[in-house]
Amino acid sequence: MSTFVAPDIAWGPLVPVLVVLLAAVAGVLVEAFVPERLRRTVQLTLSLAALAGALVAVAVLWGDVRRTGGTDVLAGSLVVDGPALVLQGTVALLALLSVLLVADRVTGDEDAFAPTAAAVPGSDYEELARRRGLRQTEVFPLVLFATGGMMIFPATADLLTLFIALEVLSLPLYLLSGLARRRRLLSQEASMKYFLLGAFTSAIMLFGIALLYGYSGSIRFSEIAAATATPGGTDDLLLVGAVLLLVGLLFKVGAVPFHQWTPDVYQGAPTPVTGFMAACTKVAAFGALLRVVYGMLPGMRWDLEVVLWTVAILTMVVGTVAALVQTDVKRLLAYSSIAHAGFVLTGVVALDDSGITAVLFYLLAYGATTLGAFGLVALVRERGTRDGTDEPAVLGEATRLSQWAGLGRTHPALAVTFTLFLLSFAGIPLTAGFTGKFAVFSAAVAGGAWPLALVGVLASVAAGFFYVRIIVLLFFTEPAGSPAGADGTAVGEPAGGERVDGADGADGGDAPVASGVGGATAAGAAPLAAATADATAGPGTATADATAGPGTATATATATGTTVERGTTTVVPGEGLTVVAVAVCALLTVVLGVAPQPVLDAIGSVAVLLP
Amino acid sequence: MADFPWLTALVVLPALGAVALWALPAGARRHSRTVALGVALAELVLLGAAVGAFDTADAGTHQLTETVPWIPAFGVSWALGVDGVGLALVAMSVVLVPLVVLAAWREQGAGDAPTDRLRHYLALVLLLEAFVVLVFAARDVFLFYVVFEAMLIPVYFMIGGFGGARRRYAAVKFLLYSLAGGLIMLIGVIGLYLQGPRGPEGFLVENLVGLEMDPTLERWLFVSFFVAFAIKAPMFPVHTWLPDAAEQAPAGTSALLVGVLDKVGTFGMLTLCLPLFPQASRWAAPVVIALAVVSVLYGALLAIGQRDLMRLVAYTSVSHFGFIVLGIFAFTSTSVAGSSFYMVNHGLSTGALFLLVGFLAARRGSQQVADFGGLQKVVPVLAGMFLVVGLSALSLPGLSTFVSEILVLVGSFARHPVAAVVATVGVVLAAVYVLWTYQRLFTGPVRPELAAMPEASARERWAVGPLIAAMLVLGFVPGPALDLVRPPAEQTLTQVGVEDPAPSQPVVMPASEEGGDR
Repeated sequence: MSTFVAPDIAWGPLVPVLVVLLAAVAGVLVEAFVPERLRRTVQLTLSLAALAGALVAVAVLWGDVRRTGGTDVLAGSLVVDGPALVLQGTVALLALLSVLLVADRVTGDEDAFAPTAAAVPGSDYEELARRRGLRQTEVFPLVLFATGGMMIFPATADLLTLFIALEVLSLPLYLLSGLARRRRLLSQEASMKYFLLGAFTSAIMLFGIALLYGYSGSIRFSEIAAATATPGGTDDLLLVGAVLLLVGLLFKVGAVPFHQWTPDVYQGAPTPVTGFMAACTKVAAFGALLRVVYGMLPGMRWDLEVVLWTVAILTMVVGTVAALVQTDVKRLLAYSSIAHAGFVLTGVVALDDSGITAVLFYLLAYGATTLGAFGLVALVRERGTRDGTDEPAVLGEATRLSQWAGLGRTHPALAVTFTLFLLSFAGIPLTAGFTGKFAVFSAAVAGGAWPLALVGVLASVAAGFFYVRIIVLLFFTEPAGSPAGADGTAVGEPAGGERVDGADGADGGDAPVASGVGGATAAGAAPLAAATADATAGPGTATADATAGPGTATATATATGTTVERGTTTVVPGEGLTVVAVAVCALLTVVLGVAPQPVLDAIGSVAVLLP
Repeated sequence: MADFPWLTALVVLPALGAVALWALPAGARRHSRTVALGVALAELVLLGAAVGAFDTADAGTHQLTETVPWIPAFGVSWALGVDGVGLALVAMSVVLVPLVVLAAWREQGAGDAPTDRLRHYLALVLLLEAFVVLVFAARDVFLFYVVFEAMLIPVYFMIGGFGGARRRYAAVKFLLYSLAGGLIMLIGVIGLYLQGPRGPEGFLVENLVGLEMDPTLERWLFVSFFVAFAIKAPMFPVHTWLPDAAEQAPAGTSALLVGVLDKVGTFGMLTLCLPLFPQASRWAAPVVIALAVVSVLYGALLAIGQRDLMRLVAYTSVSHFGFIVLGIFAFTSTSVAGSSFYMVNHGLSTGALFLLVGFLAARRGSQQVADFGGLQKVVPVLAGMFLVVGLSALSLPGLSTFVSEILVLVGSFARHPVAAVVATVGVVLAAVYVLWTYQRLFTGPVRPELAAMPEASARERWAVGPLIAAMLVLGFVPGPALDLVRPPAEQTLTQVGVEDPAPSQPVVMPASEEGGDR
């Protein structure tokens, strides 16, 4: 028996991660000990300080890493090298902006989260909690925990740490997805789906890890890489293990065919959380993928190329084609994020040295644009009356595309900013999206993967169509009255009505078609009835959006026979936190498009993965 | 003043003008038209100074050059410079813009006072002017590409935001066509860069000319560039976006779109496709020439059949672009110089035609040919201007378009006699569509509902007059302009590696630029 020797830990390179995780722990204590009225302020300050601290720590470590190339810490469980630092910095920056979105009380004094998540949706208890003005400040530590996991994820150097980081980042996200204040059943459904599929994928990944360990006798990336270099008799073990491991990572980035959760979760989760997931999770997961593909499996590149190429092509094509028929802004952005995952994959698959810089740059550019877009989605609201009264109120987010018609006339600043983000998604020059796309496609062509770049370009053309469609809607369509008043309770709208929504501005809006239970339960019907109807309608209609063409109609209020509220869409300023975050994102989108050189230089100078 | 960045100044001034228009405080918005016109005229003055700094004796080389690193990590520089052709096109664009501003004076709901819509429209026009100057002056393939694509956005809004009833459809069609072409070109741009020396100046055109490439690869790269330019130009069979766009857009937009923007396509073929991919250009020439001839005839025939005036003018342009492409790919110094000159003349002629049709449509409230008739007696000045501009479209001797068209045909005949002869039929068809249109619009009995149509105002005369004057001057004295375009043409042919075919008989001169004087 050997005696246990405590590892010699170099704490310095761990500071960015530690700051965030310690702040998360402190956040839990704040929940326990700080009086309720102070909690939000304390939590917000703590979160912002921690993330800013992490950014500073990254900056301090930068010089060292640039000089030495990086170090491994915790006896080789983690590596802090250039790409890891870049990714940690990106995650911290985007998380910082996300926290602003999370904290903003957009309507009145209500933030985006349920007053008490444990209450049954639509119950008296929930209404009581709402009236009492209860608030869930636990979201801040949850976001910090997730961020901590995301910062570890791309810096891992062995499979177990990889798995643990994955769980640390995922579990808070499952929770956060279920906390939406409005449309709670949709949110809970999203959370459940995400959790079940995520847990399933974790198991698959763990199985892959076991197989890889069985093949190589090690969980270290470097030792597995060494083992793949020497041919042995158990290649099947290696191949199956590697594929299973990749499945886990590709699930997190939302690549086809592991993307099924993305639209539902992105739609159901509270919009600030969606933004956080879309931006930060993708950065972290691609970081890990980059390390696995470049660091651990280069010996297998010929075997894996088929898999990765197929996934990349499928992701670009399916993401784009499915986005073409979406009628809900959040679902559209979800599918667009899938397509973008495909574009990043072309950079990963390139296996060219320029690919690392390209991918890192793309992630930053895409993250900033996405976060900004979701931030704006949170500001566009329906106007109607509060439950059973005539009291006018600003209700939930107006996510139906038809409700966005004419915003360019009524709210030009918002429309112009959103257009900027859309142009960036579409890859129009002088925006960050173009620079990123150019970088990954260059890497792909340089790495001999020009067919991928070609597919990417064709997908971009098709994608251009739906981004342009929104611009048309924003600027060239008269604001059409869309049925909004049916929202009735603050609880939420029936999922059926929400999903089967084909009318966009071009079709003139709201033909009264009652689509099943969805319509029948709206507008002041008993909340419990809404709840059950919702629960049954939800899963059944989950796929309906893909087929619902223009012409099917919004099914909210008309079936009840009450007067239809000609609800209008409005834009709320919130407390200004969202506006600040969006402004930063817009600035990044422009700067990374017009003058990307400093950032490219900075990333390029450290873009070497430590084995 | 030799080192003054003339071209950057020419780009920055209208861009600042656009920003100024958008930022105009509410109190000063009634002056938005004046501001826009002032900026456009200031740009014209600046252009005059830049032309003064240009050495016309050395028109074959790029002058007024500036090279500043932009994104060295990608090999991209802010590299500007114009040779004779570039300068001529920049000049044509800069001349056209103030006239478009004048023509739009009372559009978009503006009467005596400008509306906010008009202010946005004029800002977009100025923004577009900045992009246009930049694209004609770019000496860096990446910079060219960036502007080529970014330009779509202001045009998209100019069509979609300010046009006719089906403007959204037209705008989206335009954008998707252009985006498709542009993104395919992106692959070519990347591929070309990887073939070149790379490094921080790897996208400079001069670093990419004369590369040794695998012939197959070179052909693919050529195709990726050519498709984008053919869509932009537009050539048969990828022209279908143009009639829709021109029909729905306001007249000023169409004038800029067809008169200036589409030249980017032919300009790209001439200054990028040919020098960068000489072998592939020679390989593709027969197909391109066939398509060009088809464009000439097809565009002219469809123009004859149109009921909508804007569509009619658009189709005449498809025909004219066929001539331009024919001249470029015939690879004789006469035809290439002719095509270069054609680009300028076509901008003047079509720009004027669109503006005139816009004036007529604004009076009548319709742009259908059938809604007009007998106007010659009602509005003789408008009729006269229309006749002259129309005759320029059919290349009447004495007008500058004749010079360029005869150069293209004569030059092409030396290498591709059949194509040139067939294309000549297009000239005859041009006479049909121009004269028949004039006949239907202006001759015959005066219609009672049109009897009160107001005559051309001073503003409208000023908007079209300069273009007619320019065409007359260039028609009678084409020498200076041809001095500008001939050296670059010869240089391009050297890069392509072809020589003028030897005359089969020792004639004195094949066809000289003095043709216009006959």
